[in-house]
Amino acid sequence: MIDLLTTHYNYIASILLVGIGLYVVMGSPNLVRKVIGMNIFQVGIFLFFVTTGYVDGGVPPIVGHSEGPIVSPLPHVLILTAIVVGVSLTAVALALIVRIYNGYGSLDEDVIKEVQVDD
Amino acid sequence: MTDALVLLIVLPIVAAILPVFLGILSDRAGWYVALAMSLAHLGLSTVVANAVVTSGRLSYAVGGFQPPFGIELVADGISAPLLVLISLSTLGVVVYARRAGPHSNAFYSELALLTAGISGVVATADVFNLYVFLEITGLATYALVASGRSPRAAVASLKYLFVGTIGASLYLLGTGYLYIATGTLNMASLSEALAGVGYTPAVLTGFGLMATGLLVKVAVFPLHTWQPGAYAESPDTVSAYISALVSTAAAYGLFRVTYTVFTRDFLETVPIAADAFVLLGSVSIVAGSVLAVMQSDLKRMLAYSSVSQFGLVVTAIGIGNETALIGAVVHLIGHAVMKGGLFLALGVFAASVGARTMDEFKGLAAREPVTSAAFAVLAFSMVGIPPAIGFIGKWNIVVGAVEAGSWSVALVVVVSTLLTLAYFGRVIERMYFTHPDEADVADASVSADGGQPASDVSLGMRTVVVVAAVTAVLLGIAGSDLISIIQPALEVYFV
Repeated sequence: MIDLLTTHYNYIASILLVGIGLYVVMGSPNLVRKVIGMNIFQVGIFLFFVTTGYVDGGVPPIVGHSEGPIVSPLPHVLILTAIVVGVSLTAVALALIVRIYNGYGSLDEDVIKEVQVDD
Repeated sequence: MTDALVLLIVLPIVAAILPVFLGILSDRAGWYVALAMSLAHLGLSTVVANAVVTSGRLSYAVGGFQPPFGIELVADGISAPLLVLISLSTLGVVVYARRAGPHSNAFYSELALLTAGISGVVATADVFNLYVFLEITGLATYALVASGRSPRAAVASLKYLFVGTIGASLYLLGTGYLYIATGTLNMASLSEALAGVGYTPAVLTGFGLMATGLLVKVAVFPLHTWQPGAYAESPDTVSAYISALVSTAAAYGLFRVTYTVFTRDFLETVPIAADAFVLLGSVSIVAGSVLAVMQSDLKRMLAYSSVSQFGLVVTAIGIGNETALIGAVVHLIGHAVMKGGLFLALGVFAASVGARTMDEFKGLAAREPVTSAAFAVLAFSMVGIPPAIGFIGKWNIVVGAVEAGSWSVALVVVVSTLLTLAYFGRVIERMYFTHPDEADVADASVSADGGQPASDVSLGMRTVVVVAAVTAVLLGIAGSDLISIIQPALEVYFV
């Protein structure tokens, strides 16, 4: 068990982030916190990808600077794309939240539900 | 010839930028850009489909990087009809939107972006690229749902955004597992590599995550919670477009991942995967229909109807013999035509007589005869009455289920047909055989007298609805031709 912690701490960290993020998205009634939770959830997945590219004793994959084993650059490139997607999603989510706040005067999901029922 | 394949994606992306700049010149610029884009898209998809029919599978290496290292785009007998479907749906919706709105250049930008995303999902042969296109589709859809401007639509859109993002992220995590297990992301080389690696726990986890993520996007019960709100709160034009294509693209992705990446070997070695699809699909068929019967808002009824119809497609993917898969692909195409047409018809009813709920539909046929007839044709097609397209899809799925020996599934499909008849029957009974309440008629005449034109419906809007109804019937009559295009592409999985 201790062995697993010392050798695979990176995976454990990313799983924790995914769990924490999911919990915040589902558990928090505040819409902005939900967006933050969604970001933590995605970052967990991003870290998982990035960490899989690492090779023990590997050097950065830069032309002219790489002797010996190099770490795999492909997961990093993929995650660069995924980060862009994540930023766009955050932007759209925040824009929607601004409109919701203007309409209901609240960021609390429960309050918004009550207002919607009253309509 | 293969360049047309990549242009199908590049063209709408370029077209998405134009309305923003041309908007300085004219408020109407977006519509002309969207019309030109959808016509060009139709031309390109026709070229692709023609090439597929005459010479089989098309492949394009993006940026000149050869697969499996570069991103590959592929068109075959399954994706080519879907690409044509995307073009035609876009054209129909653009024509409809001229009068129906939303009237803003941003709307047309989002529409073009969505076209690009869906075309990408259908054309790509790379699992990571599929994630990117799924998210482009998602982003454009969230923006479109919120284009209704009401705070209610924004809430529905945000809910969709949270659920959709988590679904897509699970899919991404799944591709990570597959990449670690095999070192490749190209669909064709993944399937070869997976056969070599075997079905280790990492590969199984990858499949579970990818399938779950896609099922969220397909909106199968109980992962459908985002869908009724998103369909019901968005403007009619948007409901029609996303109900026709967005879940369809995700279901197509699920089909590709299951059959091109994991292959039938996987489903035979790990029968629980196929059983899970059949179970989830069957539950979705019944639950979606029952929820649809309970709705009084017509848009919500159609939304739950989609939950049920996509349950049918997922069930067919689980059954996994050739007949059932033909049924699944045909039903994907048919559902898009029928559901898109039905939502557009609702838009016409809402704009001309303000009818949105079950009670307001009383005696509608007398006031809006042509659209009512088209609505009825589309509804009966959805129920599965021959010769319309809805029948061909359902029939093949039922026959596939019987061939596979799963009588229970065949029974569920037949029961679902009866339930579909139950919820559409209610609407059609009110439209044709119930007299409107006195109060409603009085209301209508008051609004007509009040200087307000009773009808804000253009000829174009009605024409698009009628064309959808005619297409649903013609596709059904030409069903065997459609199957002859799809079949060669499916046979690849059954050798």
